[in-house]
Amino acid sequence: MEADVTVDARGLQCPMPVIKVSQAMKNMTSGQTLAIVATDRGALSDIPAWAGDMGHSVKEQFDQNNEYHFVLEKG
Amino acid sequence: MTTLEQSTEASPEAADETPTAEKMVLIAASGDLDKAWPVMILATTGAAYGMDVTIFFTFWGLGILKRQDAGITGEDWRQRMMSAFTGGSTDGLKLSKINFGGLGAKFMQDLADEKNVASVQELLELAQEMGVKLWPCGMTMDLMGLQESDLIDGLDTPAGAGAAISLMKEASISLFI
Repeated sequence: MEADVTVDARGLQCPMPVIKVSQAMKNMTSGQTLAIVATDRGALSDIPAWAGDMGHSVKEQFDQNNEYHFVLEKG
Repeated sequence: MTTLEQSTEASPEAADETPTAEKMVLIAASGDLDKAWPVMILATTGAAYGMDVTIFFTFWGLGILKRQDAGITGEDWRQRMMSAFTGGSTDGLKLSKINFGGLGAKFMQDLADEKNVASVQELLELAQEMGVKLWPCGMTMDLMGLQESDLIDGLDTPAGAGAAISLMKEASISLFI
């Protein structure tokens, strides 16, 4: 799935993945997609929690080689 | 950490910053590194949630806001003595346990650097960029003999308990850390 915007948060620790994602989302319009890859274990729960609270939807989520991938759609 | 008040008046709109944003108030009363860190982590994360975040710095928490070059502050010898023993700025924060004259705090900071954890200073700058309001407590500034020129730039006007209570009454998250 090709996303409109990508955030590479690998190596960043809590709370930076959520902060980076929120900053990227600010410049996006409703319906656009954001792909995120992170290595922080907290991101696994933090990113879906943040997205749900902010009204964005999680389109995809999978782990690969200890990297957590997400695709969010801006609400 | 103590939860002072918690109510859920969630407005789950996909808005980043609206005039009706939910409020978060953090009372930063400690100059310990291991307390200042969660204050700044929660503040920046609250801002990422689109919340209107205010941190009220009081007592030793004011040390977080001291300029790195403020030196020993105060007029009275007791104020100067307190300042000399507590240090200041994000560089002068101590661990609440195993500080060992600053060595423990240095180890913690070195570990954080190795593991790419954002420092208190980085998070403080990020919080300012994200619009987190930083309120120094006017009474404690007076008690400790701190001038506005001893503190970093970009702070809000010194405030008191009344302003903090007014804000906390409306806030969905209020924490004393």
